[in-house]
Amino acid sequence: MNGWLRLFDPARIASLRRRLVWQFLVLSAALVLGLFLTVGWVADRASRASQDAVLGAAVTAITEGIRSVDDGLELDLPYATFSMLGAMGDERIFYALAVADRVVTGYDDLPAPPEPALDMVPIFWTADYRGARLRLSAVARPMLIDNRLRPVTVTLGQTRLGQAAIARDTARSAAWAALVFLVVALPVALLAAQAVLSPIRSLAEVMGRRGPRDLRPVRHPTPRELAPLLRALNGLIARLRGALDLAETFIFEAAHRIRTPLSLVRTEAELALSETTDEATRIRLRRMVRAIGESSRSANQILDHAMVMYRSDQFAAAPLDLAALTRAVVRAVAPLADMRDIALSQAGLDSPCPIEGDERMLEIALRNILDNAVKYAAPEGRIAVSLRREGPMAVLRVQNDGRGLSDDPAQLMARFRRGGNVGDIGGSGLGLTIVTEVAAAHRGRFRLEPGEREGTCALLHLPLA
Amino acid sequence: MRLAALAAGLIALVLASPARAFEIEQERRFGPADGTPIQVLSTTDTAAFAPVLEDFVARHPGRSIRYVQAASTEIFAAIHDQDARFDLVISSAMDLQMKLANDGFAAEVEMEAPGLPGWARWRQQLWGMALEPVVTLASRQALRDLPLPRTRRDLIALLRENPDRFRGRIAAYDPQVSGVGYFLIAQDDQVSDGFWRLAEVMGRLNARLFCCSGQMIEELRSGRVSIAYNVVASYAARFRPDDPDLVQLGFEDYIFAIVRSAFVPVNAPDPEGARLLLSYLLSDPAQRLIAASAGVALVPGTGPAPSPQLRPIRLDAGLLVYDDRLRRAGLLAEWRAALVQPQAGP
Repeated sequence: MNGWLRLFDPARIASLRRRLVWQFLVLSAALVLGLFLTVGWVADRASRASQDAVLGAAVTAITEGIRSVDDGLELDLPYATFSMLGAMGDERIFYALAVADRVVTGYDDLPAPPEPALDMVPIFWTADYRGARLRLSAVARPMLIDNRLRPVTVTLGQTRLGQAAIARDTARSAAWAALVFLVVALPVALLAAQAVLSPIRSLAEVMGRRGPRDLRPVRHPTPRELAPLLRALNGLIARLRGALDLAETFIFEAAHRIRTPLSLVRTEAELALSETTDEATRIRLRRMVRAIGESSRSANQILDHAMVMYRSDQFAAAPLDLAALTRAVVRAVAPLADMRDIALSQAGLDSPCPIEGDERMLEIALRNILDNAVKYAAPEGRIAVSLRREGPMAVLRVQNDGRGLSDDPAQLMARFRRGGNVGDIGGSGLGLTIVTEVAAAHRGRFRLEPGEREGTCALLHLPLA
Repeated sequence: MRLAALAAGLIALVLASPARAFEIEQERRFGPADGTPIQVLSTTDTAAFAPVLEDFVARHPGRSIRYVQAASTEIFAAIHDQDARFDLVISSAMDLQMKLANDGFAAEVEMEAPGLPGWARWRQQLWGMALEPVVTLASRQALRDLPLPRTRRDLIALLRENPDRFRGRIAAYDPQVSGVGYFLIAQDDQVSDGFWRLAEVMGRLNARLFCCSGQMIEELRSGRVSIAYNVVASYAARFRPDDPDLVQLGFEDYIFAIVRSAFVPVNAPDPEGARLLLSYLLSDPAQRLIAASAGVALVPGTGPAPSPQLRPIRLDAGLLVYDDRLRRAGLLAEWRAALVQPQAGP
């Protein structure tokens, strides 16, 4: 009920559908009213005309029944005519027969014709008589009475209650029919409103289904009326994309420009380190080399991140074998692990694991996962890499025995965010962000959880091909 | 002094005249003597109607009825011209009732009357409450060996072949005095061409004319008359069971049935009481009582069904034509010409 009321309150019409239905209802109500009035008017006119015809015929028939006899007039008032006149709605009937102006029979005080009645042509008028509205008709006819030609006028009047009731009933029936039609049409109107609005909904759905970084122009078929909206939307997307491209290109360019001079500085610092014998200078140079290493790693990761972002935008999946790719990355990380005496074990990497994806992005993601595992593993610790299938997903699991997690894993995924227990180890805070972006671009997911006994476990889920 | 007495007399006359200007045949009270009674003005014979009214007051304790019986023309004059105040007006003179309703003297009564045929009511104003067949009565003794006539044609032949036996011994309504009599002649005139032949034969046999059915039956029972033409059957019904001499001739060509109707005048002092009485009169128990005395049911299922030759006269605007001055004058002139031959003839 409340909902209904809200539907009828124009001030609260915030929904297009309600607005459409509301307008439909108002227009339909106006139509019903119009139909009621029109049909009533037409029915009234039509029945009045036919009743006038009957009344005219009756008054003519009575007039034709008048005979002139020796001692005046003889009138045989026809029973059937009166019976017929009263038939529609039990009308009251009044009549008068006048010779010149003297009423011979009937009601003496019946209203006289407003104009003299013509010869055998009935005239009609309306008047009030004895508390009722009468429709009257009169016919005149000259007759020879006592050898003198005198005008004889017959006046016949009837109430029109039956006729009015019929006109009223007809109009009411029409209004009822229109109302029933309206009630039947209401669900249809609701459906129509829904159908009219469905392109908007489907466009919204298409937009909602897009990935967070999907900035392709919208190519969804829409009705003509929605084309301006779509154009505006695509224009906005294009501008946004331009701005993003610019920003990423700038970052890429900046990282690239920083990396090259950094490697030069590092080479120079290492040369200087090998050439000097002063212990204090050597300590300084070693610090320098480490800091330069940090910086260039950061620059690399920023480049990786920019690359992942760029490829997510232009995402082009190709079939590839996740097992082979993982094996290659593990091989690449193995020397680093050897240096710290970390044991790398593999499981499930022998059988192929086909997925659809961007090889370059996945490689960056895997390297980041494994780099992290090695970086945070305990010296002479262990890292276990395993790949298996879980339903429609391939699950890569990398477990180390390091210090574990001190923070909420979800927060670690944010850019430039690092755990509270890693102060002594260099890192940019971009690694996990990159992995998360890659997983999202592949409709997969990535998460960190505490290891079974110790350390941390990284889980990458990717949909199987 | 004399002037004062004259003035007092005049005042008394003026005061009395509106109420007493019409002629009352009988007046009777039903129910408790105290309290304001429902005033009924009716043509129906008080004795014949008493069981119905007694049933009403028995069912409605505290209500009483003042029943005034008068001739139909008196009733018409009382309501139409003399502003008499009654709560319910009952009459068998359909044309006069119709004219009263048409001229606006009847009030609209919102009432359900299921079963009442459409032809027995006019709007919500005129309500048929009884069907009264109009029959011809004969004395078995007077007819003796003669066969009972089965149609009006038979009756004409019977009268023609036995003029001596029926001379001065035929009773009929006097249409110049009786409203019902005039109405029945107008109906006969409209329905049958043979009626005027019958009228002429009756005139030739010096038919005697009466004001009312009751008198005709009395004459018949006393043996002064052999045949009574057009008698309202409900009057005869009161005598017939215990008078084996009375024979009812149900003609096969047609038998009129008058609809006795009732209306509540617009100036009724107690319209609520009138409505109560009217709705009782149209109810099943009252209709059963009325149908039992009339011999035929108006509301189907309350008594004997009408026979096929019974021709109920419809309550509609067509009845207005009978009250027309010219028409009445013409018909009465015709009637006089047909019936009053001996005086007119050489």
